[in-house]
Amino acid sequence: MFLLIFKIALIVILFLISLGVAAYATYGERKVAAFMQDRIGPDRAGPFGLLQPIADGVKMFMKEEIIPNVSDKLLFILGPCIFMITALMTSAVIPWGTAMEFDGVKYGLQVADINIGILYVFGVVSLGVYGIMIGGWASNNKFALLGAVRASSQMISYELAMGMSLIAIIMMSGSLSLNDIVAQQKGLNWNIWYQPLGFIIFLICAFAECNRTPFDLPECETELVGGYHTEYSSMKLGLYLFAEYINMFISGAIISCLYFGGYNFPGLEYLSTILNPNLVSIISFGALFTKAIFFVFFFMWIRWTIPRFRYDQLMKLGWQVLLPLSILNVLLTGGGLTIFSK
Amino acid sequence: MQLTNRSKVVSNKEMSFKEKLYIPAILSGMGVTFKHMFKKSVSLRYPEVTRQFSPVYRGMHVLKRDAEGRENCTACGLCAVACPAEAITMDAAERKKGEEHLYREEKYAAKYEINMLRCIFCGLCEEACPKDAIYLTDRIVESNYKRNSFVFGKDVLVEKIEDRIDITKRKKSYKID
Repeated sequence: MFLLIFKIALIVILFLISLGVAAYATYGERKVAAFMQDRIGPDRAGPFGLLQPIADGVKMFMKEEIIPNVSDKLLFILGPCIFMITALMTSAVIPWGTAMEFDGVKYGLQVADINIGILYVFGVVSLGVYGIMIGGWASNNKFALLGAVRASSQMISYELAMGMSLIAIIMMSGSLSLNDIVAQQKGLNWNIWYQPLGFIIFLICAFAECNRTPFDLPECETELVGGYHTEYSSMKLGLYLFAEYINMFISGAIISCLYFGGYNFPGLEYLSTILNPNLVSIISFGALFTKAIFFVFFFMWIRWTIPRFRYDQLMKLGWQVLLPLSILNVLLTGGGLTIFSK
Repeated sequence: MQLTNRSKVVSNKEMSFKEKLYIPAILSGMGVTFKHMFKKSVSLRYPEVTRQFSPVYRGMHVLKRDAEGRENCTACGLCAVACPAEAITMDAAERKKGEEHLYREEKYAAKYEINMLRCIFCGLCEEACPKDAIYLTDRIVESNYKRNSFVFGKDVLVEKIEDRIDITKRKKSYKID
């Protein structure tokens, strides 16, 4: 019974954290952009503009809701819902920290410790493209449709290389469970030291999966007006934009889990011997959170550094460079494992 | 003739392996953007902080009064003639008895209008004025919603007796002699 309450509380907290991070990531994005361009950024709402996300949210809700007459109304409404739901669902299998302990019973800081965690993440992330596809298709607008087509082909192309780079990780850990993968990276024994090539491939693919610059062709405001969300207004548009930031945060957390030791940090072992396990759990959550936030910053950093790819360059990079490289990485990992495990 | 050393010769040579990797180039680009994060911002928090204008800045006009609070302008029309944008119009009137405390000389401008949408802020009106009546100041012409509201009349242009506009900086800057 207590387990159920614990899990529900965890779900609610994760939900709130994801939304809060997403809200402040919009603010962070504008601030980072401003600083990188020697500007000040939003600073009118509250001290340092900290209330800006709330103002934006209110604006989004108050705006007129326009649903085009020629659109497929059901699908038009369904699109942003699917995108948002899939964005939020991914966080379920991420081990957010070491186990908490109440009355001598351990409770993992993870909503669902399923043994195919990483497959689950992949499945849900691939579902996310349906949100874009359905939204773009239902808009009955050529720009939206083009954006949706781009999004789906981009997702398919980069998911392959992403999956291949993951296989190397799975080979090393021997498990599909994110919990096991993280638990194996104690202290500073992070996967990044063994899988630098795999990490770079995974990172590039994560950019493509999140539709972030330099792979933001589905939105591509200079070519496609607004891409797949051209026809969207009010909070439906808000959901699309919001979900993108949630995706960024979650993919940051997943990259940290796979390559940067998740909640592990040097000294965690020592801390767990002297401190209350619940406190250690919260500290380890802080470690993962910091790593994830760093990646959110990294996403923004890249956005304000690199211009957008051309579509043919995007496809060429995905199929001709990243996919062969990731297969090579699998081979190298296999070779390395057979040599060093003996 | 070469003016600067900044021009680069474009070549179509094959990229080296390092260049084809793109990652070093991306990293150096990220270094550039990261450095800019700590640079001083060039934008100002406008209504609270205003930009420091140079002494020769030419902004909104003012019609000056003399030390006793009488309008300097005698509606001679030289400013209107000098104006290359034809932004200035005026109607002259004769000073009546009892108005000596209002206007310095026998003739004055009953109507004096500058169309701020036409004005190019060249400052020729100020140079043409023989009576030290019109000056360009460091004030900004504020934005507005209607075209008509950019035609500034005497109510805006003439300085208030209790609220004089300082033009000493400007006076120094353009008088060469």
